[in-house]
Amino acid sequence: MIETATTPVAALLGVILLAPLLAVLVCLGTRRPRVAEYANLIAAVLVLLAVLRLLPAALAATRTFWGGYLIVDPLGAWVLLSVATVYLLASIYAIGYMRHLNEDARLHRFYALFAGFGLTTLSGPLMNNIGVYWIAIELTTLVSTFLVCFELGRESIEAAWKYIVVVSGGISLALLGIIFFYWGGSLHLGATYDLTWAALREVAPQLNPTVALMAFLLVLVGFGTKVGLAPMHTWLPDAHSEGPAPVSAMLSGALLNTAMIGIARFIQVSDAARVGLLPRVVVVAVGTFSLLVAALFITRQMGIKRLMAYSSVEHMGVMALGFGFGGPLGIAGALYHMLGHSLNKSLMFFGAGNAMQVFHTKRISRIHQVLARMPVAGLLWLAGAVAITGAPPFGLFLSEMTILRAGLATPNAWAVFVMLLLLIVIFVGFLNHFRAMYFSPGVPADLSPVTARASSHAHPLSLWCIVPMWLAVIPLLVLGLWWPAAFAHYFAVVAAQLAGPGAP
Amino acid sequence: MLAAHLAPLAASFFSLLAIASLLLSFVMLGSRWLKDYLVAFALQSWLIALLSAAVGYYGGYHELYLIALLTALFRGLLLPYLILRIIRRLNVDRELHERLSPSSSLVVGALLVLFAFVVATHLGSSLGLAGTVAVLALTVMLSMKLIGFLMLVVRGEALSQILALLVLENGIFLGSQILVPGMPLLIELVILFDLLVVVACFGVLVRFLVMHAGTSSAHNLRRLVG
Repeated sequence: MIETATTPVAALLGVILLAPLLAVLVCLGTRRPRVAEYANLIAAVLVLLAVLRLLPAALAATRTFWGGYLIVDPLGAWVLLSVATVYLLASIYAIGYMRHLNEDARLHRFYALFAGFGLTTLSGPLMNNIGVYWIAIELTTLVSTFLVCFELGRESIEAAWKYIVVVSGGISLALLGIIFFYWGGSLHLGATYDLTWAALREVAPQLNPTVALMAFLLVLVGFGTKVGLAPMHTWLPDAHSEGPAPVSAMLSGALLNTAMIGIARFIQVSDAARVGLLPRVVVVAVGTFSLLVAALFITRQMGIKRLMAYSSVEHMGVMALGFGFGGPLGIAGALYHMLGHSLNKSLMFFGAGNAMQVFHTKRISRIHQVLARMPVAGLLWLAGAVAITGAPPFGLFLSEMTILRAGLATPNAWAVFVMLLLLIVIFVGFLNHFRAMYFSPGVPADLSPVTARASSHAHPLSLWCIVPMWLAVIPLLVLGLWWPAAFAHYFAVVAAQLAGPGAP
Repeated sequence: MLAAHLAPLAASFFSLLAIASLLLSFVMLGSRWLKDYLVAFALQSWLIALLSAAVGYYGGYHELYLIALLTALFRGLLLPYLILRIIRRLNVDRELHERLSPSSSLVVGALLVLFAFVVATHLGSSLGLAGTVAVLALTVMLSMKLIGFLMLVVRGEALSQILALLVLENGIFLGSQILVPGMPLLIELVILFDLLVVVACFGVLVRFLVMHAGTSSAHNLRRLVG
């Protein structure tokens, strides 16, 4: 199906897209939950291996496949790396977590949806045609809606409903923006042409500035809804907190990045269209506002998974700031942050899922003495909490510092100071919840019926639930201590490609 | 572009269809009955199908005939049928808890059209298209977009929200037929198909909503806050 299997890149693409597809089919075909979970796991392993092989090839050259509908470029391959990492970690974790839910009869459907979600999320960054990219993003929503409401509780259905309504409504604005771009381009390229990223970039300097500006703003709001940038983030805490933990990890670590790449590519287009400073100012402002909203809601949060969800809003804001500042440093910081966020947020959701298994509650106030009840997983979760607030020696510290440094050199330096202040607020607010959960004396077991019930049912966490936490925390620590030279080179190439004409 | 130099007859025909579609979205805004919404939506889709065919005829884009056929089939027949089935099964026939009465929403809707007109005129004049059917298409497209969002905000029934989303997409379809008639066929086909999937998903979700949450009104979904 993809040109010829002799070119290795085409074969790798085939693996990346066909492995999850096969997993979907296997899961739909079998009713045995164990077969389904291993099929999904094998697909995830294959995808990650293929993506790792793909990275050097993508760095060497940007190529298109399948009649120009698929593109392999360094930026897209990097997002694929983040997505594939989260997909694998979440697939491992799902085995332990979903067995615990006692839903074996419907489990094959869960894995079919999960692999389908992986497939749509992986295909987003590969799309070369902007219209098809939009469709890929829309499909991720449709598939993940059913994952969010998999547990069929009242709250999870509410979350799924809000998710699909808010995101479909928001993303239709992106479609409007894409049509405006197409319209602007059609005045120069003729009525019918393929709206690829490259075509839009080339025609951008001739676009009418008013049309280009309006189209960019619509696209930013549209894909910003999917990314979860405030004030379009309203679906995010509900969907992230009500889905099963592996789904939350995929939503946060994989899906948001897939939509973020669209914004990054449209920033490049608006640079080339020379519509002035406004697009970048808006991106930076939206990113800062996301940090503000996240800081406020993190400080006063009561639900453990909602806490993680608002932290996702924060990190998407940081990434938007990185791409909005631009320049080699800003883009390097944003990309490093993307990988770090994927690893770290998976770790955090796994920890939250484990805590929910042990304490049978989502409320922070009912979780006490975590280390006594889950020593290893608790320690890993605590390390993750320190990492996610951007403290050294973990990866996110380096990326946030890089983005701060990048911002100082731009006209939007005001945002750097706001960002710094809000990051400190978030650091204090976030870790305060962890202090309460880890070190405050717990309610005596006989006073709290929930805890009593929990301890009577206590069973040790399965290894499937702890191994992915190790797999996330080790690279996170390594990335914090050592910024690999290969990465630096990779980011420089991406930055050079994104820095078209008109970029700062 | 096509819209800039059209024969007067074609231009007035396009305008007629666009304005009729806009009026139909006001019918939705001004009614409480779900059946009215549905009929208005189906009619609107037929008008858009007719518009596609007309643009195909006057502009010489033959693939638009196919689009017209599919629009009529999918959006004019299949989607209304699917939604009608949900309405029958749910036994809801009218909007009970709107946040804004139909008459006030009509006024707000009119203001939104005014806003859309200002934006469209600005865009049109910056492109040197003032006074052509392109400005009208832009106005109707943005108005339907805004009216769709207004319906999403003020209407509480789950079904009204689905229809509001469909109005959002109808607006885009209508505008894109006139502004970018040459948009590649594949994209339009897939978007049509995508819409079908959306509605199927909504159908399943509404069933879950009624079965497990015991309501078909989205206003009752307010447990998750903060």
